[in-house]
Amino acid sequence: MADLDVLENDQPLLVAESLSKSYGRIAACRDVSFALYPGEVLAIVGESGSGKSTLLQMLSGQLTPSAGQVSYRMRDGVTRDLTSLGEAERRFLFRTDWGFVHQDPAQGLRMAVSAGANVGERLMAVGWNHYGRIRDTASDWLSRVEIDITRIDDAPRTYSGGMRQRLQIARNLVTEPRLVFMDEPTGGLDVSVQARLLDLVRSLVAELHLAVIIVTHDLAVARLLSHRVMVMKGGRVIETGLTDQVLDDPREPYTQLLVSSILPP
Amino acid sequence: MTAMIDVADANKTFTMHLQGGIELPVVSGVTFRVDPGECVVLSGPSGAGKSSILKMIFGNYRCDSGRIGIRHRGALIDLATAEPRQILNVRRATIGYVSQFLRAVPRVATIDVVAEPLIAGGLARAEAQVRAGELLHRLNIPERLWQLPPATFSGGEQQRVNIARGFISELPILLLDEPTASLDAANRAVVVELIAEKKRQGVAMVAIVHDDEIRHLIADRIVDVTSFAAAA
Repeated sequence: MADLDVLENDQPLLVAESLSKSYGRIAACRDVSFALYPGEVLAIVGESGSGKSTLLQMLSGQLTPSAGQVSYRMRDGVTRDLTSLGEAERRFLFRTDWGFVHQDPAQGLRMAVSAGANVGERLMAVGWNHYGRIRDTASDWLSRVEIDITRIDDAPRTYSGGMRQRLQIARNLVTEPRLVFMDEPTGGLDVSVQARLLDLVRSLVAELHLAVIIVTHDLAVARLLSHRVMVMKGGRVIETGLTDQVLDDPREPYTQLLVSSILPP
Repeated sequence: MTAMIDVADANKTFTMHLQGGIELPVVSGVTFRVDPGECVVLSGPSGAGKSSILKMIFGNYRCDSGRIGIRHRGALIDLATAEPRQILNVRRATIGYVSQFLRAVPRVATIDVVAEPLIAGGLARAEAQVRAGELLHRLNIPERLWQLPPATFSGGEQQRVNIARGFISELPILLLDEPTASLDAANRAVVVELIAEKKRQGVAMVAIVHDDEIRHLIADRIVDVTSFAAAA
């Protein structure tokens, strides 16, 4: 029970303050603020054009906000403003303490090199140099994401969509990040493949105590994976709260519309 | 005695924006307390707001006003105003909810569905599975089904898996939404027995049961929900 006490007294991992992004006169994202704690899964939901991907890009330091800031508590315990990080520091953060799972695995993987190398590459980037250990860790991770070890030397272009996505997850998690960004991770997958992936992500997140910010338009994904949701519309967060509370007792007209649009199972 | 649940003047109205913004009053002025080791049964006709009150106590439905006081780790916390992460902590350590239907996670074996709350609480998997097996056995779920996901089970079997999952943890508050609805007499008797054991352990419970006989067996006190009917 000790770890629960820590949970109740801990410090946020990432804090967004009044984040906005405009392109000319178009405001893609307006005045978004929240705090994310270790082990917490936050879903950002909304339809295309609601600003959720723009927000994810700002949160992950890939896009500079027009106003506001993102701060992140580094592994050494010091909280830093993302814009104050140098390019090298930011890249290091991305290779170690952060993961980013893209909707299209081809964006997050190197399609022509072996699965083992895809996973091992992230370890080498953080200084691992013992081939045997890298290979062992890579095969361990392949089995954790339910990829047959005999496929370790095959390139992901020979993999199915579901396998590629699981490989992308292994590549991201091998360095034991504390925060993983996910952009519609089940977007391009068949329903049966989605269920398996969600189940896998759900158990890994709990086991590794990962903080996750997941962008999805699928409320079922948000319900299964997240503790908390933010509903976005027209670049603004219009409703936020505990996931089951927002989905079972939606308050805003737009959230009620989203929830009522789900087909019954 | 210090109450585990202390609900005071809680109100709930649904505003249906897609139906022209009509207001649907659910309950108002909900006020009652539950002490440790006590089982309070909510009574009233269908639609009176019994399930809504349980959901408000669990933090699943929001309150428009009033207080949902919960004793969590020795301190009183108001779920009506608590932060999402506080509510999650209260659910991890204090309040369990046994709904009528199992919300099964695909692919997870029955034994693990039941053991999960204990594993999440820090118990070793093997030990958690032994305890899960004992409960499944008591609830007459045959061992050959334990390794299968419960999604394909009958309604009654799923409900028993759900009961096992709800009763396995040692949380000081349990909310029971018709825990015996689709069970046969033998299994209803097991649930009555489980509730009596929880009372002896000092667990505070709020239950909804339609069966008069079961209500008579488990209720220490009955709270009539019609007195909280919201004025339309």
